[in-house]
Amino acid sequence: MNRPGIGLAACMTVLAALWTTAGRAQDAAEKEIEKYRAMISDPMSNPGYLAVDRGEALWREKRGAKGVSLEGCDLGLGAGKLDGAFAKLPRYFKDADRVMDLEQRLLWCMQNLQELDTKDVVARRFSGPGRQSDMEDLVAFIANKSNGMKIDIPLSHPKEQEAAAVGEEMFYRRGGVNDFSCATCHAEDGKRIRLQGLPNFAKPGQAPRETMASWPTYRVSQGALRTMQHRLWDCYRQQRWPIPEYGSDGITALTVFLQKQAAGGEINVPSIKR
Amino acid sequence: MKRIIAPALLGIALSVPAVAGAAAQTAAKPVDPALVDKFLASTFGKAPAEWQARIQPDETLQACNKFRNDVPSAEAEKITAREMARVVYPADGKLLGDWKQGRKIANDGRGNQFSDPPTIASGGNCYACHQMEASELSYGTLGPSLTNYGKDRKFDPEEIKRTWARVYDSQSQVACSNMPRFGANKVLTEAQIRDIIAFLFDPESSINK
Ligand code: HEC
Ligand code: HEC
Repeated sequence: MNRPGIGLAACMTVLAALWTTAGRAQDAAEKEIEKYRAMISDPMSNPGYLAVDRGEALWREKRGAKGVSLEGCDLGLGAGKLDGAFAKLPRYFKDADRVMDLEQRLLWCMQNLQELDTKDVVARRFSGPGRQSDMEDLVAFIANKSNGMKIDIPLSHPKEQEAAAVGEEMFYRRGGVNDFSCATCHAEDGKRIRLQGLPNFAKPGQAPRETMASWPTYRVSQGALRTMQHRLWDCYRQQRWPIPEYGSDGITALTVFLQKQAAGGEINVPSIKR
Repeated sequence: MKRIIAPALLGIALSVPAVAGAAAQTAAKPVDPALVDKFLASTFGKAPAEWQARIQPDETLQACNKFRNDVPSAEAEKITAREMARVVYPADGKLLGDWKQGRKIANDGRGNQFSDPPTIASGGNCYACHQMEASELSYGTLGPSLTNYGKDRKFDPEEIKRTWARVYDSQSQVACSNMPRFGANKVLTEAQIRDIIAFLFDPESSINK
């Protein structure tokens, strides 16, 4: 796999410093980020590719009571078939009788195939200082195997249709002390909060396509690869809602709805963002 | 906000039966609320009771959710009347506080996030959605510009009173407004709202310069 170039870390420190300065500097920072993004959008230097490498090793590692690797895990296209699997997730899995996103499915395979106690894996669902995340790494590796393919989730099974419909309801459900829903921030074109642009997910099209096709992403401001589970966790935080349960059916339903709006988006991940 | 106007759709459906079928197909299939609740419970069911209560929609939000904010006019009138009844004006009649303090509150986006310490005083975060002082370039666009707000309204006491109601409970003015009901939902205290109203209406305030 491709390694980021030397000197990148220094460059990132400078940019991180730029981001932490007051609001007005953000405009200038945005321009710098554009240049920077162009510079490192090539896999040779995007640090997200380190996660891809680690994820590949984890995928092949024998773990759990069964002492087997995840290579026997069926992500929807057959056991061990990775190419294009991410482009069709979330989807219904007969063995689990549930609609699952990639992270739920990986946990299921760890529990059922490897008989791995996933408590620790879930505790490390989001990486932090001195704490790597198996899930972030695995998602980076697997999602990367759908590059160049178009988002195309199956919506024929009644449970897939149900998830899409519930996800749409959740998108519009207002609540919390600020009465916010996803739609408060993501249902009109060209809006922003402070200086941050807000993609409109209320209608299918370019905004949902470009967004969903660019996750997982390496977040420079957080110095970490992040998955959609983390993005929605962060948005519910801004929504002033309670902490959403990781890998829950509600988060997957929302993801199904977003993927439906994003159908046709060409995947290019891990991307790199602010 | 661009939304499909329900009565218009209905009119077409009634007059041209052939189109009604097509319209029904494209309209979102109604989802059993109990099913949505089940999914919500899977995601938020382990949160502390106090947090669970926060996401239970009151009567007003139930209507906004049902119509995705595009409530029919009869429902809209019920909402504005109900929310107007919740607006509390200061007992001493003093609506203007310290505008400099108000500016701080307008800039403060902290409070009520699960990552915030529960004891922290909440800010108004007005800049997330509104342009305010002309000199501040980092502002959001979910709401209209409030630059020169008081000056444009000639510092009129009636406007000040109406704006108090707007900030205290936005839905007293606009049914299903996307703006938080700061006073009614106890996000901001009376003293904080007073300072914010001063930020908007004090002739000395940087918003009016
Ligand atoms: C109070 C505002 C707010 C609410 C409510 C909100 N979001 Fe967001 N969302 C944001 C902001 C701001 C960003 C961009 C963050 C950034 O650029 O760092 C964002 C980014 C996103 C992204 C990634 C966009 C990209 O370009 O990569 C997705 C997907 C998303 N939100 C989905 C949702 C969903 C689904 C919900 C409801 C559960 C939601 N948001 C609720 C403010 C919000
Ligand atoms: C999440 C977005 C949001 C936040 C936060 C917000 N507002 Fe608003 N505000 C709006 C929107 C949207 C409108 C316009 C129409 C409506 O109510 O639907 C509005 C309208 C207003 C108006 C009336 C404007 C007019 O045309 O007369 C005032 C005054 C106002 N807001 C003040 C504030 C203040 C003060 C704060 C902070 C304490 C604040 N807003 C926070 C979204 C917001």
